[in-house]
Amino acid sequence: MKTSKTDTDKILLSGNEALALGAFEAGVKVAAAYPGTPSTEILENLSGYEGVYTEWAPNEKVALEVALGAAFAGVRALATMKHVGLNVAADPLFTSAYTGVRGGLVIVVADDPDMHSSQNEQDSRNYAFAAKVPMVEPSDSAEAKDLLKAAYRISEEFDTPVLLRTSTRVSHVKGVVTKGKAEKPAVKPGIEKMPEKFVMLPANARKRRVEIALRMERLKEFCETFTGNRIEWGDRERGFITSGASYLYVKEVFPKASVLKLGMVWPLPERMIRSFTEKVDEVVIVEELDPFLELHIRAMGISCRGKDLVPAIGELNPAIVRQSITGEKAEGVFEPVQIPMRPPNLCPGCPHRGIFYAISKLGVFVTGDIGCYTLAALKPLSAMDTCVCMGAGIGNAHGMAKALGNDGLGKIVAVIGDSTFFHSGITGLIDIVFNRGNSTVVILDNRTTGMTGHQPHPASGVTITGDPTVAIDIEGLCRAVGVKHVRTVNPHDTEECGKVLKEELQRAEPSVIITKAPCVLLPEMKRRKDKKLYVVVSEKCTGCRSCLRLGCPAIEWAPLTEEEAKQRGYKPKQKGFSRINAVLCDGCGQCAPLCKFRAIVASGEEDEEIR
Amino acid sequence: MKKSGNILLCGVGGQGILLASEVLSSVLLKAGYDVKQSEVHGMAQRGGSVVSHIRYGKKVYSPLIEPGTADTTVSFELLEALRYLPFYRKGGTVIVNTQKILPSPVASGMASYPEDVLEQLAGRGLSVLPIDAFGIAAEAGEKRAANIVLLGALSAFLPADERLFIETIEGRVPEKFRQANIDAFRRGRESSITNGGEVRP
Repeated sequence: MKTSKTDTDKILLSGNEALALGAFEAGVKVAAAYPGTPSTEILENLSGYEGVYTEWAPNEKVALEVALGAAFAGVRALATMKHVGLNVAADPLFTSAYTGVRGGLVIVVADDPDMHSSQNEQDSRNYAFAAKVPMVEPSDSAEAKDLLKAAYRISEEFDTPVLLRTSTRVSHVKGVVTKGKAEKPAVKPGIEKMPEKFVMLPANARKRRVEIALRMERLKEFCETFTGNRIEWGDRERGFITSGASYLYVKEVFPKASVLKLGMVWPLPERMIRSFTEKVDEVVIVEELDPFLELHIRAMGISCRGKDLVPAIGELNPAIVRQSITGEKAEGVFEPVQIPMRPPNLCPGCPHRGIFYAISKLGVFVTGDIGCYTLAALKPLSAMDTCVCMGAGIGNAHGMAKALGNDGLGKIVAVIGDSTFFHSGITGLIDIVFNRGNSTVVILDNRTTGMTGHQPHPASGVTITGDPTVAIDIEGLCRAVGVKHVRTVNPHDTEECGKVLKEELQRAEPSVIITKAPCVLLPEMKRRKDKKLYVVVSEKCTGCRSCLRLGCPAIEWAPLTEEEAKQRGYKPKQKGFSRINAVLCDGCGQCAPLCKFRAIVASGEEDEEIR
Repeated sequence: MKKSGNILLCGVGGQGILLASEVLSSVLLKAGYDVKQSEVHGMAQRGGSVVSHIRYGKKVYSPLIEPGTADTTVSFELLEALRYLPFYRKGGTVIVNTQKILPSPVASGMASYPEDVLEQLAGRGLSVLPIDAFGIAAEAGEKRAANIVLLGALSAFLPADERLFIETIEGRVPEKFRQANIDAFRRGRESSITNGGEVRP
């Protein structure tokens, strides 16, 4: 994968790229993940290294189970995911703490404070406490690599899975990393039956529960001298306790202060913390999101400041850290000016736009899901009414239908992406069939996982490394679980979509509509030569704005004054006209049938071309 | 030699800001600096506003530039130059690509594109360098190299040798496009110099 190499051993890597390099240097043999911002690039990069098996799993639970299996087989294994992915993988996580491992097992979890690309904000450190597993937390790329390698040694020495937490500003920040040597793990691969350790029947699990407690005690001792935890002495008036990206902000703003930097955030080095706090006048804990360190340090009976000063919501940055602690407001020189927003939008030519346009015309309630298509909730489509978590739209539609009975029939539709459907939509669909539901589910098959940057999924026909594999037939799968009415439509054909939607929504039985058209950002779509762009024949445009309801970035509104309207031969009252930006148009043709005046035509078929 | 600096690159998703940031960071690393480069991926990239922070110095802690401290900014799109105003240092330099990409509220007729972006910047005492990167890239024979033209324009303000930029671009661009990209870089750099930007060794 892409790395910014230099002549020396020093290279610039993002935190995610550094984690991939760290996994390679640690001798990881099996790695699995489901893509999720900001974690995706770890596995993408790792798949480019020799000697490591990598895979996109259908979801994070499966990814962790695969990695745990590899660890049972005695190799070093990795599972990576975003914060909400760990919710999905929480089930195997909690019990893997009981089974322990043979080969080292590390789970990387990437938090997204401020929700740059997430539906919620979670502090994954709470999982370390709740699942009783150790957690390390790097501040930058160099530490990400070093702490990942340390995590494997900890995992094997203490027979436990280890969590490594990053955040957006660690995963997606490039920093200087020095390449290291590849390690050869001591554990030998092979099959070893260890039922008392691996079969969590209550009788075995009770013994392992005690083992976890003993392990935690040993880890508490270990972290007192763990090199990832360190004190940087400076002024003694104020001592900071911090970790992760927050450490960088503290060092930036208070370069002369004393800092206890935690590379391991669970368990905590109590003696080290005590000795640090006793030597400074005031203790301030700077941490992003929850008061995790603060709660546990206060529980030690140590008085400190923390969330009474530093916000518990959103990302921190140097300005926020400075202001919360000194009260000094870090404002720029210039005030912001009012300018038009530039919100994200579905791409020109996106197949999702067509089906959502058709849905928007029906005025139904849309239970939505997670993906690019969540952008259909924005104006002008405004065609999504819920978005909770991966797969939720299907269960939500079924629950609403059960709640409303006949009153709900034909008024609710569930929409879910193809990758999301494999992740956790299938079980919801089975529920509808099993429990005599009547919901209609639209599955958006664009052949890829779009939002996270085009990772293949079980219906794509290729693996992470591009090797051909079975492309699971979504239509056949839906029929196999008992959906009798499964129809496939071309989402660019908005009229056909509208017709099929109306028919299926009226059915008092479960139905599935599959929209089939590839994502326009896929390389084969970008390369295609037969693209026919569309144009607006300006003299035919009446300025009715119907085409603008698609919200296509390529369709632009050109406002006119009365004088200009007259000059152009329009009625004086016409406020403007539409035009299509040839640079942006992808030739999907969704807009053409929307124009009652037939002003939108394929390029070359117009009477007069306008620019 | 300048000890440290904060560079902001902003524009619209798909304009090649990421590649320009990566080349820039690599060059600064080769020039002997510690470097941090930060941007956000995922949903923010779908046609939305994109910003990349690049900080260099002897030792860089925070990956994020604080408001009021960006020394040099390159806006890959005209309007975006105004969006990040609170980040600019007093009297800072703003290189502005004059290309317009209409944001969706403007395209749909709900808002209008400001007419006086350059005047608003200059009126605040900023040193403004407008540049037609798209036009210059076309002259160099590769329209898609507008990002490299802008990198060239920026290079005139940075304490790193021109040779390092050219080497790094050579390493990043497929051979077929190499010459056009280097030409684009040189033309961008030249335009900054003739515009009054000074070259520092």
